[in-house]
Amino acid sequence: MHFDTIAAISTPMGEGAISIVRLSGDEAVQIADKIFHKPAGKKLIDEPSHTIHYGHLIDPTSGETVEEVMVSLMKAPKTFTREDVVEVNCHGGIVAVNRVLQLILKEGARLAEPGEFTKRAFLNGRIDLSQSEAVMDLIRAKTDRAMNVALTQMDGKLSRLIGGLRQALLETLAQVEVNIDYPEYDDVEEMTIPLMIQKCTWVKEEIDKLLRTSSQGKILREGLSTVIIGRPNVGKSSLLNSLIQENKAIVTNIAGTTRDIIEEYVNVRGVPLRLVDTAGIRETEDIVERIGVEKSRKVLKEADLILLVLDSAEELTIEDERLFEAVSGMDTIIVINKTDLPRKIDLVRVKQLTSNVKIVTTSLLKDEGVDELEEAIAGLFFEGNLEAGDLTYVSNARHIALLHNARTTIEDALGAADEGVPVDIIQIDVTRTWEILGEIIGDTVQDSLINQLFSQFCLGK
Amino acid sequence: MSKFEAGTFDCIVIGAGHAGVEAALSAARMGASTLVLTMNLDMIAFMPCNPSLGGPAKGIVVREIDAMGGAMGKVIDKTHIQMRMLNTGKGPAVRALRAQADKVLYQQEMKRILEEEENLTLHQGVVEDLIVEDGEVKGLFTQVGAVYRAKTVIITTGTFLRGEVIIGDLKYSSGPNNQMPSIGLAENLEKLGFDMVRFKTGTPPRVNSRTIDYSKTEIQPGDEKPRAFSYETTEFITDQLPCWLTYTAPRTHEIINENLHLSPMYSGAIKGKGPRYCPSIEDKIVRFADKSRHQIFLEPEGRNTNEVYVQGLSTSLPEHVQRMLIESVPGLEKAEMMRAGYAIEYDAITPTQLWPTLETKKIRNLYTAGQINGTSGYEEAAAQGLMAGINAAANVLEKEEVILGRADAYIGVLVDDLVTKGTSEPYRLLTSRAEYRLLLRHDNADMRLTEIGYKLGLISEERHDAFLMKKQQIDDEITRLRQTTIKPNEMVQAIIQETDGSDLREPMKAADLLKRPEIKYNQIERMVPPTEKHSEEVEEQVEISIKYEGYIEKSLQQVERMKKMENKKIPENIDYNAISGIATEAKSVLNEVRPLSIAQASRISGVNPADISILLVYIEQGKIAKVSS
Repeated sequence: MHFDTIAAISTPMGEGAISIVRLSGDEAVQIADKIFHKPAGKKLIDEPSHTIHYGHLIDPTSGETVEEVMVSLMKAPKTFTREDVVEVNCHGGIVAVNRVLQLILKEGARLAEPGEFTKRAFLNGRIDLSQSEAVMDLIRAKTDRAMNVALTQMDGKLSRLIGGLRQALLETLAQVEVNIDYPEYDDVEEMTIPLMIQKCTWVKEEIDKLLRTSSQGKILREGLSTVIIGRPNVGKSSLLNSLIQENKAIVTNIAGTTRDIIEEYVNVRGVPLRLVDTAGIRETEDIVERIGVEKSRKVLKEADLILLVLDSAEELTIEDERLFEAVSGMDTIIVINKTDLPRKIDLVRVKQLTSNVKIVTTSLLKDEGVDELEEAIAGLFFEGNLEAGDLTYVSNARHIALLHNARTTIEDALGAADEGVPVDIIQIDVTRTWEILGEIIGDTVQDSLINQLFSQFCLGK
Repeated sequence: MSKFEAGTFDCIVIGAGHAGVEAALSAARMGASTLVLTMNLDMIAFMPCNPSLGGPAKGIVVREIDAMGGAMGKVIDKTHIQMRMLNTGKGPAVRALRAQADKVLYQQEMKRILEEEENLTLHQGVVEDLIVEDGEVKGLFTQVGAVYRAKTVIITTGTFLRGEVIIGDLKYSSGPNNQMPSIGLAENLEKLGFDMVRFKTGTPPRVNSRTIDYSKTEIQPGDEKPRAFSYETTEFITDQLPCWLTYTAPRTHEIINENLHLSPMYSGAIKGKGPRYCPSIEDKIVRFADKSRHQIFLEPEGRNTNEVYVQGLSTSLPEHVQRMLIESVPGLEKAEMMRAGYAIEYDAITPTQLWPTLETKKIRNLYTAGQINGTSGYEEAAAQGLMAGINAAANVLEKEEVILGRADAYIGVLVDDLVTKGTSEPYRLLTSRAEYRLLLRHDNADMRLTEIGYKLGLISEERHDAFLMKKQQIDDEITRLRQTTIKPNEMVQAIIQETDGSDLREPMKAADLLKRPEIKYNQIERMVPPTEKHSEEVEEQVEISIKYEGYIEKSLQQVERMKKMENKKIPENIDYNAISGIATEAKSVLNEVRPLSIAQASRISGVNPADISILLVYIEQGKIAKVSS
């Protein structure tokens, strides 16, 4: 599509004080108005062009405040692309800007291809035609390269997985179509709503799995899910506070899945951390006591990183040892706190209990050891393989956005099926899911449905 | 042979099949003096295959033709033997009407309509060649030397172009049903430089009803409720004839497998490409060997004949094998075969040689419509005929051309597919070919197209007034339901309980309550009655518009986005070869199709997004690299 509204992060990835997400297209202002709220309540569409505005981004679905931002409004034609342009200035770091981008994509913008803003500027006559050949080559190269990058970067397994999902959807669609176009053929199984729900549920679960397993994607989207555990009074709360003070919490959030757990986001040396159960820690209650054994086990299981806090001034207790058991096999950093007090803890025993786990000693009271801890976290995450700002990130973000779109449409289909909407209407959302998944692997040939129809079923007069 | 001047017309239509009659009627009614030339006046609007019209997608096309003033809907309403609404258990977008036709009555009625049309001359004659000067058609002459001059010519020759009938190892030059084939015209079209393809289609045998044992079959009656295709029909046929359903038996499959070597399909005698949606029984049994049986529908060909069409048994096997096949089917053990099934091969022109007006790119003022363009089906033919007739007349009368979009009508989908993508097999409309099928419904064909038909002069004032009134009623009723609040009271709860729905807890707008899947308009109507009872058609559209509002809205947004691409026009004189950067493969297909808009270009297979970007650059800059001479 060439005239839709596009969005992308237009500042280099990594740690700047400010990141900018740029929107361009006919719907740029409308999309921004859906999520941007000024304290005075005035809409951007009513504001004069080339002005800058302070306000908050609010997710219209959840009502949650996502970011505190400055928004530049530039209406066509005096803009870089000669289209309406909105630039959202948000806090720096991967998490904030990525959340803003995801929100904008969710509200109807499409992630720009590499070089697409420049291309539009050119198409709309902003750039001189004297360089026409050069720009043409650029477009050709960029479009082709983007495609190649998208295809080669995706590992074969992901491509096959998505191909498999599409094939399942295509067969479902063909069956719906054949029921419509050949209503009297009795040797074709009727695609009933329960059958449709079954297929769509499977696809949704697979998409969820994909979103989960693409760990980088998840981290970029949600942050590294981090749980701080330890006995009462070992310093969990101090650890939390020092992480937050040092790094400034970006946002407070109530997670949808476990409603009673409050989370906060911090950016530790470029690593986005989603700190789970911050409220529980502040109230110096234990997570297990607060939300029950089952739920806390689940939270632990889903965590990407566990900070296990021990009291240096006390001997290891049975409780501590149980915690060691609970986190065995997971990415854990042991924080031995209160080094300002005389040491009673048996370090040898701690090492025995935790093979190959990073141990950091701190005195949070004296603000010692925090740097070391942060380095440990960053080291664990990066291991030298995340390069900010390169195409890996862009194409992954594209995949994630598309997977999210696919998930939304398949959920729409399931919701409609639950309500008893006819199969051939539900099918609209299923088709859309199929198309979106196709965009990920670069395959959206429309005729495939008709081919499937005739190879799968015996039809005719 | 000496030639003589036989007359001058605005428009000449060659052929009087389903495409030809609609082309002639629309051209004449728009004000172009029109001549129809047909080989045989007794074969006007003949149905050489199924005695049936409509069904999914196709039925909606018949409604669309009617909404634009075409004849097909009105004629079938008068001459059918049964009608059924299909897919009634599904959503509103896929409901479709199908009629079994009385073939003979259908032809007679259509012929009468043509005869009575004022601006139209009907004449029997075989066209030999076109008169073409400077890339522009000027007329034609027939086998007897009659020269007709015309401003426009529409060719609707169906499967007649170099037609060949094949039964077993017998192959002879023939049009369908042993009519004369058209050979001279085919050769001359080729000489004029048209790219031709060879397609194949087929038909099953017919049997005598008197010799069928119907007790071994299942009855398939028509709907009890009166149905009609045309928005103008007020009288309904109540006396309907049933069809009958039986199945192939294991013996049928054995016979086919034993005699496959005699099938021209498998011996290689047939080279033409056949349609996948209309396979022969040989094909079905070979390709789907695991199916133990296939359905066979027995369809009467009319009220005054015993001939029965054996749907499902399309074949080109030798006649003696066909006899054995028939006898193997339960109910047909003693059936007398009246006509054998056959395959027919014919020439079609590659439809990418046409503009979306159906005018040929090679020769100005020459149009083609129907099976000659590679389609199959009476409805597809009629739709093209209608559009070719409209555009030929518009051309003569210097009016604006008429191109329906993919979001306007199935007719738009059909024409766009043909001229943009071409077709490698006989093309049939399927609901899955339409991206916006929730917008292209059976019930709203009038809302979509009546206004267009009216502006062209194809819809009467009276009908247009009735349409406007209906539209007003629908709008008013939707507004009323959006504004009226339904309060939870005993009467309301009782009505809801009839549907097994959950009680109404709080007052709600009537329109919102109607969005519940289990609630129908008729229940809302009882809760909050309108001042005057509406017609069923109005009620249906009110219900669909409100119930599926969200989905309709989504479709409309998609259409809106696509419109921007449709509005980016490509200059007719663009020289793709001069645009560096466009891939060679894309250049070649763009040169062939010569799309009118960026949207159309993007639908061509072989043109990728980078090519489109580059194309956009040239157009946006207003600098066409080089203008072809």
